[in-house]
Amino acid sequence: MSYTAGPTGFDAAAATAWRDGVPVYDRGATICVIGAGPSGLTAIKNLKEHGFGVDCYERETGVGGAWNWRHNRSPMYASTHLISSKPFTQFPDFPMPDEWPDYPKHTQVLAYLDHYADHFELRPHIWFGTEVVKAEPAEGDRWDVTTRGTAGYGSERIHRYAGLIIANGHNWSPKRPDYEGLAEFKVETIHSSAYKDVAQLRGRKVLVIGGGNTGCDIAVEAAQQAARCWHSTRRGYWYAPKFALGRPADQVNDLMLWLRLPLRMRQWLGAKTMRSTVGDLTRFGLPEPDHKLYETHPIANSQLVYYLGHGSITPVPDVKRFHRNSVELSNGEEIEPDLVVLATGYSPAFEFLDPALLNTDPQGKPRLALHVFAKRYPTLAVAGLLQPDSGLFPLVHWQTVAFAKLMRLREAAPVKASALHRKLESEVDRRWTEANVKNSSRHWFEVSHVTYLKAIDQLLQEATP
Amino acid sequence: MLSVIRTREWAFPVPPARREVLRATPEADLGKPPVLFVPGFGHAAWVFAEHWLEHTADRGFPAYAMSLRGHGASAPAPKADLRAYAHDVAQVAASLPRRAVIVGHGAGALAAAHALARYPAKAGVLVAPVFGGPSTALRNPLICLPALFGGRLRLSANQLFSRELPSSQGRTYAKRLGRASRKAQWQLLAGRNPEDPVGDPPVLVVGSPDDRIVHDSAVRKVARRYGGAPLLFPGMGHDLMLDARWREPIDAILDWLEKA
Repeated sequence: MSYTAGPTGFDAAAATAWRDGVPVYDRGATICVIGAGPSGLTAIKNLKEHGFGVDCYERETGVGGAWNWRHNRSPMYASTHLISSKPFTQFPDFPMPDEWPDYPKHTQVLAYLDHYADHFELRPHIWFGTEVVKAEPAEGDRWDVTTRGTAGYGSERIHRYAGLIIANGHNWSPKRPDYEGLAEFKVETIHSSAYKDVAQLRGRKVLVIGGGNTGCDIAVEAAQQAARCWHSTRRGYWYAPKFALGRPADQVNDLMLWLRLPLRMRQWLGAKTMRSTVGDLTRFGLPEPDHKLYETHPIANSQLVYYLGHGSITPVPDVKRFHRNSVELSNGEEIEPDLVVLATGYSPAFEFLDPALLNTDPQGKPRLALHVFAKRYPTLAVAGLLQPDSGLFPLVHWQTVAFAKLMRLREAAPVKASALHRKLESEVDRRWTEANVKNSSRHWFEVSHVTYLKAIDQLLQEATP
Repeated sequence: MLSVIRTREWAFPVPPARREVLRATPEADLGKPPVLFVPGFGHAAWVFAEHWLEHTADRGFPAYAMSLRGHGASAPAPKADLRAYAHDVAQVAASLPRRAVIVGHGAGALAAAHALARYPAKAGVLVAPVFGGPSTALRNPLICLPALFGGRLRLSANQLFSRELPSSQGRTYAKRLGRASRKAQWQLLAGRNPEDPVGDPPVLVVGSPDDRIVHDSAVRKVARRYGGAPLLFPGMGHDLMLDARWREPIDAILDWLEKA
């Protein structure tokens, strides 16, 4: 079907159906994409490449999603740095410029996404300033998507699509733990999503809670600028340096994968390299890691250990409870910060969707095959709901290619397509990690990039008619 | 077959290099895709700047000509391999404002074909493609013999051009030729087949039955691999863009692009 951008072509098809007394505009074989961040952009591009019409809805006024620091849901802070080097960060068919460093700046990533949108002419497909209020299944495996202007401007409209890709990101809805006494705590407490610039820390006594990548970054900035910095972590982690053996550390890891070394040997070699470069962290008062290397998402931070060694960061254990003006730690110690930063992460949220559609369990985690495909809904996909041990973009690229191929297979060989989907349905609880991943709510969608891509690769081959 | 897992490329990324890119832009933007010309081994951007670049821009296509690393005004790269050349092509293509058409010539067509597997081009054009392999070497023993010992491929004017081009002009051109890296020349001899293009672009193969470097059957073989028949220009030499009748093939290529 031909598709011209702009309001004239958009509702050319008259309302052919009704839903609760509201007209539904049928968009035919067009597929809907929710969100124009990296996952949404690659979804549009790959669907286009497979010959589909695409409408994308983006609540903000520009592309880039989380990477666009102008967006109020963006988790970016001025010093955000990539933790995967270029070969793992770029889309597999759109290289980042040679002139950029091994780990590009977050502003460069945004420039890259902007260029991607222009290069592949994706913008005519995106409806900016439009948010999705509701997405519900309609007859014939189709989807009714209700939209309106962001923040409630304009009236609601319903369009009917042949498929739906949800790419709304998972780093925008802050996760706040329930600490005892936090409500009565009188000291300024912010979530890391509200942390933007180092000026917020200057001269203050800062407690950073959380041992993830963001927590470590903010602890490092506090070490440089604040009067005092405590860094509270629940358990021991591996702090991987960003460069090892003279190259980006993730490339060393893939060198071992290329040599097809078994996991045990890689863990041994990796741990040995870490000991010789980073050293024994218990010397600085940090707990011993309670897991083996490669068992959880890596913390890539070269500077944290440096500042621990200079005494600018005081490592402290988990918080036990908050008092009116002080924080009690699990070892009984009491500290009196004047700023608390909760770097406790984000949870995925799909506020426009009935949780049952994603087969969501009582803990709120969607049970999807390959973290993409929903049970009973072959025309629904979630893109980018992953936490890989490498960059995310290549994985999302192949996720959306697989979805496009499956959608094409539905037309070319419907029997084969439904058999393939049934096979996927049987795999909803499978994990795509090679090591035994720690069972914390942060870790359920972690994947090892090679293990995961092997599974996607197989699906791509099976989805060829 | 798509290549999804690329641990070797991830573990050993191609080192960055400065690249020469010449361009000619049409007076008005007619919405036509940019065309990127990739010269073959020993050749550099200037071979396209001579005629094809301006002509393409005159016909309304933004035109670009690049030099592979180690060629022309690009950074020296004596250790470059074929993957580095393909990387150069994909880098320049991805830097252009819109999805590009990649036109590769000679062994540059092989670099372009490898790049098509790493960048979803709008279209690909392989001009007098040298995909390598032992048969190419056996056809040109005198050219290839020095290369076996690490010397350069000895391309001479009477092998590159038809008799219609004045011989003094041909000699001037041949003198300007450089050389590809030793490793890439060896890889050409080994003749590894490129992976399938990504994004399913239309691919056109152009050649000449009187090309003294690539045999007619080799051109047909490449065309078959991309599912078509070659467009042939009898009476022309290997360097179609420098030969006396340079206008015919480029007009045919641009006509094909306008139709595709």
